[in-house]
Amino acid sequence: MPDMASLTHPIQRQFNPYTENGGTILAIAGADFTVISGDTRQSEGYSIQTRYAPKVFRLTDRAVLAVNGFAADGNMFVKKVKERLEWYRHAHSKDMPLRAIARLIQTMLYARRFFPYYVYNILGGIEEDGTGAVYSFDPVGSYEREACRAAGAAQSLVQPFLDNQASHKPFPIYFKNQLAAPNMSHPAHLPLPIVLSIVIDSFTGATERHIEVGDGLEMYIVLAKGRGLHDLEGIMGVQELTATEDGERVFVVRRELKKD
Amino acid sequence: MDPIFRSSGFDFSNSIRNNFLHEKGLPLPKATSTGTTIVGCLFKDGIILGADTRATEGPIVADKNCEKIHYISESIRCCGAGTAADTEFVTASISSNMELHALSTGRKPRVVTAMTMLKQYLYRYQGNVGAALVLGGVDSTGPHLFTIHPHGSTDKLPYVTMGSGSLAAMAVFESGWKPNMEREEALQLVTAAISAGIFNDLGSGSNVDACVITATHTEMLRNFVKPNERVEKERKYTFRRGTTAWRSENIRSLIVSEEVTPVGGEAMDIS
Repeated sequence: MPDMASLTHPIQRQFNPYTENGGTILAIAGADFTVISGDTRQSEGYSIQTRYAPKVFRLTDRAVLAVNGFAADGNMFVKKVKERLEWYRHAHSKDMPLRAIARLIQTMLYARRFFPYYVYNILGGIEEDGTGAVYSFDPVGSYEREACRAAGAAQSLVQPFLDNQASHKPFPIYFKNQLAAPNMSHPAHLPLPIVLSIVIDSFTGATERHIEVGDGLEMYIVLAKGRGLHDLEGIMGVQELTATEDGERVFVVRRELKKD
Repeated sequence: MDPIFRSSGFDFSNSIRNNFLHEKGLPLPKATSTGTTIVGCLFKDGIILGADTRATEGPIVADKNCEKIHYISESIRCCGAGTAADTEFVTASISSNMELHALSTGRKPRVVTAMTMLKQYLYRYQGNVGAALVLGGVDSTGPHLFTIHPHGSTDKLPYVTMGSGSLAAMAVFESGWKPNMEREEALQLVTAAISAGIFNDLGSGSNVDACVITATHTEMLRNFVKPNERVEKERKYTFRRGTTAWRSENIRSLIVSEEVTPVGGEAMDIS
């Protein structure tokens, strides 16, 4: 039986410039570190395009950008941001501070207000004052600094979990809706190994219940200047990506996720 | 809508109502769909059916381990893809009618009987019952394997695949199927076909179910292969007793007073 709706009015077909490539990204800010992560699956509809397509990129030794939504726009946007950072470096003989990069991303996104980059960006890294920071953006440039943010296909699965387990603001309401044990208070900031565990569990959980999430997980860790590396000792497969001496340091950790 | 005098022909009153509501802006309810990879394969001694175990609601996994191989009769089974409620009810309904039919005829049920009942039902509903089925079994006339589409068309073939993962599974079948395979070979082929669907199709996942049907014996291999067990979580998330904030506490005993009066001489025999 023909679709009755189409009998009432003509239908027009036009080229759709966007498509959704699935995947999920997540960033959590600590006291003196930030973790920015994303799964590595790229899909379209019910098919997998590739099991390894990175969505998280190192911009500088203190800034990491995760992009999610339409992969072609995401990849091109990262390239454009890197180009602007290179211009800044040559003009000012230093790396752009994180909040400046956040503002730059806003103006770059809004410049395409009427044919947007279909990407949800999450910028993570270390601020000028040495604290961990996460900035999240919408496709046309609205942004905000936050403690933690998930974006992408499994955002609605992961964000509530983070709000419960990982959230803290400069105004301490840690572990929302939960009473601390008597004579104890919740920690002001979570330590790095616990944050990494929360990230891994967020992704394994999202993989179980969302078909577009899986294959692999890449976690970037940005550490503030002078922060010790002892926390990283227990973690397997840590790779350093830092380009300079004496500054912030960037590491990446990869994990497998279910491939079904 | 149940008028005393039914008009002849198909009753599409619900379809008309649904389209009207949809045009008014009501979103169509997302039916749980099995996404799915289902297969059937003829081998030397009979039929092997295979299925994955993932049920989806759009992009979300509703059930990680559902059963898609349905019982029709002792020696006949049916895999179902498409709308989960439709496959569930149509197979249960035909299974029930098959048993009554067998009692009425005094003969063991035949695969073609189930096929005919299913196709006539699905045709009557013009594709609105979203059930895509792989029906297989062994009866007095031998082993038979059919595929039935939601609109009611059927195909009789030695190897079939259905569902969103059917292309991945068929690629494996087309490479590996040959006539008169041994049980182990055929099981391996079915497992490989379902695995292809599980890993390459996002609508299919979790475990492999299989069912081996021969003239003498039907063996249901639930979770025959489990290639997707969840890893142990990094942390425990159990909440501490007392986590939930409370303002006031009021404890009432449900037993106001209790008096035990033994009645009779002996103790109650509870052996």
